Amino acid sequence: MSGPNTSFDPKQVSALSAESVDAVVADALGAIAGAASLADLKEVRLAHAGDRSPLALANREIGALPPAAKAEAGKRMGIARGQIKDALDQRESDLQALRDEQVLNEETVDVTLPVDRSPMGGRHPLTTLMERICDVFIAMGYDVAEGPEIEADWVNFDALNVPPDHPARTMQDTFYVESPDSGVVLRTQTSPIQIRAMLERDVPIYVVAPGRVFRTDELDATHTPVFHQVEGLAVDEGLTMADLKGTLDHFAQEMFGAGIRTRLRPSYFPFTEPSAEIDLQCFVCRGESISNPDKSCRTCGSEGWIEWGGCGMVNPRVLTAVGIDSSRYRGFAFGMGIERTLMFRNGVTDMRDMVEGDVRFTRAFGLES
Amino acid sequence: MRAPVSWLREFVAIPSDQDGRAIAEKLINAGLEVETVETLGAGVIGPLVVGHVVGIEELTEFKKPIRWCQVNVGVEHGGVRGVICGARNFVQGDLVVVALPGTELPGGFKIAQRETYGKLSDGMICSARELGLGDDHDGIIILASDHVVGEDAKPIVGVGEEILDIAVTPDRGYALSIRGLARELAIAYDLDFVDPGLELAQLPAPSGTSVPVACSSEDEQACALFTLRTVTGFNPGAPSPAWMQKRLVACGMRPVSLAVDVTNYVMLELGQPLHAFDVNKLQGSIRVGHVADGTVIETLDHVERTLNRDDLVILDNRGPIGLAGTMGGFATEIDESTTAIALEAAYFDDGSVARMARRHKLSSEASRRFERGVDRVLAPYASARATALLLEFGGGDYVGMTAVEAPLEPTVIDLPASQAGEIAGMQIHTTTVIRLLQAVGCEVDASTDVLRVGVPSWRSDITDPANLVEEVIRLIGFDEIPSRLPTAAVGHGLSTSQRLRRRVGMALAARGGVEVLNYPFVGEAEFDALRIAPNDARRSSVKLANPMNDEQPFIRASLLPGLIAAAKRNLSRGSDDLCIYELGSVVRSGMGAPVARPSVTQKPSDDAWAGLNAMLPIQSTSIAVLLAGQHSQQTWSTVARNYDWADVIEIAMNIAHTTGADLRVGPGNDESFHPGRCAQLTVSGVEVGVAGELHPRVIEALGLPARSCALEMDFDEVIARSASSRPAPAVSAQPVAKEDIALIVPESVNTAAVTSSIIEGAGELLESVRLFDIYRGQQVPQGSRSLAFALRFRASDRTLEAAEIASARQSAIDLVIQRHGATLRGA
Ligand SMILES: [Zn+2]
Repeated sequence: MSGPNTSFDPKQVSALSAESVDAVVADALGAIAGAASLADLKEVRLAHAGDRSPLALANREIGALPPAAKAEAGKRMGIARGQIKDALDQRESDLQALRDEQVLNEETVDVTLPVDRSPMGGRHPLTTLMERICDVFIAMGYDVAEGPEIEADWVNFDALNVPPDHPARTMQDTFYVESPDSGVVLRTQTSPIQIRAMLERDVPIYVVAPGRVFRTDELDATHTPVFHQVEGLAVDEGLTMADLKGTLDHFAQEMFGAGIRTRLRPSYFPFTEPSAEIDLQCFVCRGESISNPDKSCRTCGSEGWIEWGGCGMVNPRVLTAVGIDSSRYRGFAFGMGIERTLMFRNGVTDMRDMVEGDVRFTRAFGLES
Repeated sequence: MRAPVSWLREFVAIPSDQDGRAIAEKLINAGLEVETVETLGAGVIGPLVVGHVVGIEELTEFKKPIRWCQVNVGVEHGGVRGVICGARNFVQGDLVVVALPGTELPGGFKIAQRETYGKLSDGMICSARELGLGDDHDGIIILASDHVVGEDAKPIVGVGEEILDIAVTPDRGYALSIRGLARELAIAYDLDFVDPGLELAQLPAPSGTSVPVACSSEDEQACALFTLRTVTGFNPGAPSPAWMQKRLVACGMRPVSLAVDVTNYVMLELGQPLHAFDVNKLQGSIRVGHVADGTVIETLDHVERTLNRDDLVILDNRGPIGLAGTMGGFATEIDESTTAIALEAAYFDDGSVARMARRHKLSSEASRRFERGVDRVLAPYASARATALLLEFGGGDYVGMTAVEAPLEPTVIDLPASQAGEIAGMQIHTTTVIRLLQAVGCEVDASTDVLRVGVPSWRSDITDPANLVEEVIRLIGFDEIPSRLPTAAVGHGLSTSQRLRRRVGMALAARGGVEVLNYPFVGEAEFDALRIAPNDARRSSVKLANPMNDEQPFIRASLLPGLIAAAKRNLSRGSDDLCIYELGSVVRSGMGAPVARPSVTQKPSDDAWAGLNAMLPIQSTSIAVLLAGQHSQQTWSTVARNYDWADVIEIAMNIAHTTGADLRVGPGNDESFHPGRCAQLTVSGVEVGVAGELHPRVIEALGLPARSCALEMDFDEVIARSASSRPAPAVSAQPVAKEDIALIVPESVNTAAVTSSIIEGAGELLESVRLFDIYRGQQVPQGSRSLAFALRFRASDRTLEAAEIASARQSAIDLVIQRHGATLRGA
């Protein structure tokens, strides 16, 4: 084992001469350049920069130099070692890049392979559409109200100003529970939720009420005995039909785009007075299809307007039935069918698609409608 | 209500440039739902003229009798033409409708000169059917003799007549008449209107040849006005005039006889239902009243009806002869030999007629009008109009009228002049309010700021100031109302239940679940297929009186039958692998006791409201999932695997994790499930549902794929037991120590019990425990299995020392050994 040289010996220190250092460096650089792989380079590094490399051995001799020569030799050795290290690093990084290119290239996959290890399901578009509608009203300060599907006919009819023998009862073909005199029905509309909201909450009341309703219609392309509505109710001081119109316009714009308007046509509902049908300006053609065969519109049948729902000012008789002072408070209410909305909004052409639970239909909507 | 435009024009001078569509638009804006505008004979193009049959030669050499007719169609149309005709209901001298060559009839049928039956037929004699005017009879149209030969026949037979079909809402009884619609049009067009309903037709003075039939009312509440006009010496063979028949057909009614046609015609025109009795079939005078329960009457439609004591009936001395305002009796019906007629015109209370019509499931043109409110004073006017028509076309003597009437109580409403404007949200001048109310027919006393409004007799729907306000605003037009947003109150956002239903829906859909929304109707067959015991609460006791399908009269107490039906639909359509869920309402009790109907003139008392709610079954939200077929298919990256019981329990855990419920799984027992693969799901010790593999018998009975799995949970119970807010965990940055243990445990001890003993025994240094292997085999005794757990220990404040870890590990092992009769494997 050779230790550092501490006694001056000119013969030995010849290894520190400029010529011999240059030769060692040249030798090392040649070897580095010749290394073909990272494994080769590792050996080259050991041979030319390791503990037993010529430079390392030569370095031990510095102690043997006369003091005046030590500084110069040290500097020369430093430069040489730097040169070799830089060359090694450069070669290593080159070889790594080369290897990466090769190996990663070999590891290439077809990223267009179908990846369906855990396919997404879907929420029913009626559900998500109702949520979306509710969100529009929640943002306006409304709460979401709910009520039972099996309902007292007093709540479904009487309190809504439809007395037992009124012809309006036959406007909606009702499912009766147990016997027609049981006083219990499957709610025919979401309006009984209005009654519940007014009986159970304090005025002012601003609620939106989605829900499932029932009428004895056979299932076909445009009817179903079980369907969904959403209803809005506001009861406050000083409410007017202008407020109702503004609310509907805002709602229409949130759902169908800026600038979409609504139009009211007089109609009849026992629980509102005045009552109106709500027409929605066609959000596809915006009315440009009217009397214009070149721009005919399937969504609105080139009418320019789409029948959307019903609305009106809460009949004071309804307020009386729930104990709200109709001389002080007024209300407005509106409602629309969710199936119908989904049909014209999303182009559903057959009611049965929304009823039958075919997973291909629902999955297509994902988590939004 | 079908309304021919020409009839409307008879009562209001609608500008001649307004066609049916324009008129319909006006009515729609006034709130009358015009469903269609139909043009009679819409397919008739080209000349249609009045022809005079001047000669008929019968051709007998053909299979059916054929006529070779000579018809004069006027010199301007070529004079006399020969026309072949197969119909036989006309004679020489009749005026008929001739389609000349060049005319096109409905269906694209072109008339041309043609050789037929050996003759050159030069036109066609038309029937109503061929002209698209109705398909009641095949006979050709015979015109009244006062028409001029060669005249354009189109307006005579009604070709080109526009008919509005209007769906009249229940509040607009008055619109079930030409009179009512004409009034609306007069307002819409701002035209003068002379009410034809209140013009008394001129009748001859009563002849005095006999006495009119007497009448009386025993129930003035239900029948406030009853009139009878008697006509004798009437010609029963006299036909109703063609124009009358034409209008009846246009309105969808079938011409029958002069007397019947006149009653229908006047009803359509003025809105007053009328009924004609054959005087010679009556016994004594006519009364309005009631009969004992069980009394039987045969009505005009030949149905024997058993009467109820609340039915309002028309009686003679023998008994009931009609259901008031609904349908007459068969025994006193007029027929082809009737020469003496008693014409009834009355005012019956809307509720009485509605109840009776409903009780007997009998809706007629008359009952439809009475239910919606007939003009309280109209009866004598309408009966005068009808009598005049009977006399004009059927001859006879007017004998006179008898009547009973309760005192008239006109409706007067106080309406603050500003109210319409306040509700509309815009300025409406008082003079406008007055003008519009007057146009509707109201009398308005405007001497103070509160208008005193006398409601016209034909508007029984107007009872409140709100009704008057509606009249004013609708006649101004809803388009005039400004649009403005109210400032809503401060809201509370979604309720916990609403929020969690959304979250759970998202969570299920994100792991592949597809939501279905099933009908709630179920039946015995489904209960049986699910092996639900006869007295089980899931055999719902809430039953519909009128189900869509008699096989499914119940309202669901479980979501599973609906999910299974949806699964089968999907399977039949080739979707073999299913993860479907529903979040919906179910009943959890039977019906409560019925309660009296609270008044609607005040808020129900707390007790009354509680009673109404107690009458309803308990309804709550349930969540159910059904898994069938493959969880994953064989693909380049996955191996095929069927859904199994563990998948469905994992979904239950997933739902619980989403809501924040500490769900526990234990062995369960449910007839619908595999007895060894059924889990009971509990939260805080309360059972919330069941999950597992369906019973093989259920799967077989329902035709589901083998090993189909399901879960159902009471969602309301789950969220009621979910944390409303969750405390943050202490997340330690100290090093973790990992220890594995394997315990040989009897098969009878379930993993959950072992796991909780490990947790309890190891104490608070234990961070987590995870079962990573189950082994049964040679080194393990029969009836036991080896469970291998990975334990992780960690302290919050220090690196654990080996002795601490060993001690905690040992405590866990000791407790399992002590509690469950386990042994440490390898010990
Ligand atoms: Zn459009």
